[in-house]
Amino acid sequence: MSRRENRAHLTVPVGPRDHTSGAENAPLTLVEYGDFQCPHCRNAFPIVKKVQQQLGARLRFVFRNFPLTQIHPEAEHAAEAAEAAGAQGAFWQMHDRLFERQFALDDDSLVEYAQELGLNADRLRGELDAGTYRAKVRDDFMSGVKSGVNGTPTFFINGERYDGSYDLGSLLEAVSVAVS
Amino acid sequence: MKRAPDFRLPSGPGTFLSLADLRGKPAILAFYPADWSPVCGDQLALYNEVLPEFEKHGAQLVGISVDGPWCHAAYSKSRNLRFPLLADFEPKGEVARRYGVYNAASGTTERALFVIDADGVIRWSFVSDPAVNPGADGILEALESLQQPGAVHEPA
Repeated sequence: MSRRENRAHLTVPVGPRDHTSGAENAPLTLVEYGDFQCPHCRNAFPIVKKVQQQLGARLRFVFRNFPLTQIHPEAEHAAEAAEAAGAQGAFWQMHDRLFERQFALDDDSLVEYAQELGLNADRLRGELDAGTYRAKVRDDFMSGVKSGVNGTPTFFINGERYDGSYDLGSLLEAVSVAVS
Repeated sequence: MKRAPDFRLPSGPGTFLSLADLRGKPAILAFYPADWSPVCGDQLALYNEVLPEFEKHGAQLVGISVDGPWCHAAYSKSRNLRFPLLADFEPKGEVARRYGVYNAASGTTERALFVIDADGVIRWSFVSDPAVNPGADGILEALESLQQPGAVHEPA
């Protein structure tokens, strides 16, 4: 019987296929595995924003999809919509919009958000229908599973899973320790 | 390497599942403390999602806790779980005790994982900090190692 510390590491390093916000050479990388329909991720959303504001150029933030589709039936298409927006250069705008409007994530709403953001909404709808980004979302998901993601949101600070609370104080403290 | 202790437990109101029923394919036993823990951090919701990956290895997953079969049925339905939950309910925690993962102080099983091969031998096991969801990575690594004959996965 092994009793090991629950210490998991990011097995797929941050790379060109990722959506990143912040300087590439930042000393600190915060990776979130998240689900746009998950209320806990919604709660974490403004907190991550504050962490980004406070740390500025010292932080690079990365979001990877981890939709729990069996309990969140709209999470898969929401993730694909974010990817589709990303293909039009607007991943973060869509990421923010999805969390801000978590109460409406049906396909028509996703297309409406694309319109609001000035994107090609027909293209986004077509890509949702075709499942263009399904494999990308699944790749994100499996990279999370293999890294020990155990729910959403799961954060990795410089590649190490963070098991603490994600209130602002705790998260800021954890990233400060990592950067020092 | 140890032979997995046998068991026969309710898998629903009026139905039973035994270890022998799982023979011939790898099995994953996930002991967990209680039904109705918070949704998004929920270990079982994660396994439900990763189920196709377990199935790629031909493995069958069962969850086990001391909750009764009616409680399991309601929980399973509410979470849309696609694998059986076994009720280690009477005598309470008996199967968990056989596996060495009963916590008498809390009256629940530990949060513990076992990967059993097709011949009924425990090939990997892990007891998690009860407060931390252990994820699925250890199970997948263990299942991958089963496919190399003779290889035994030793977790770090």
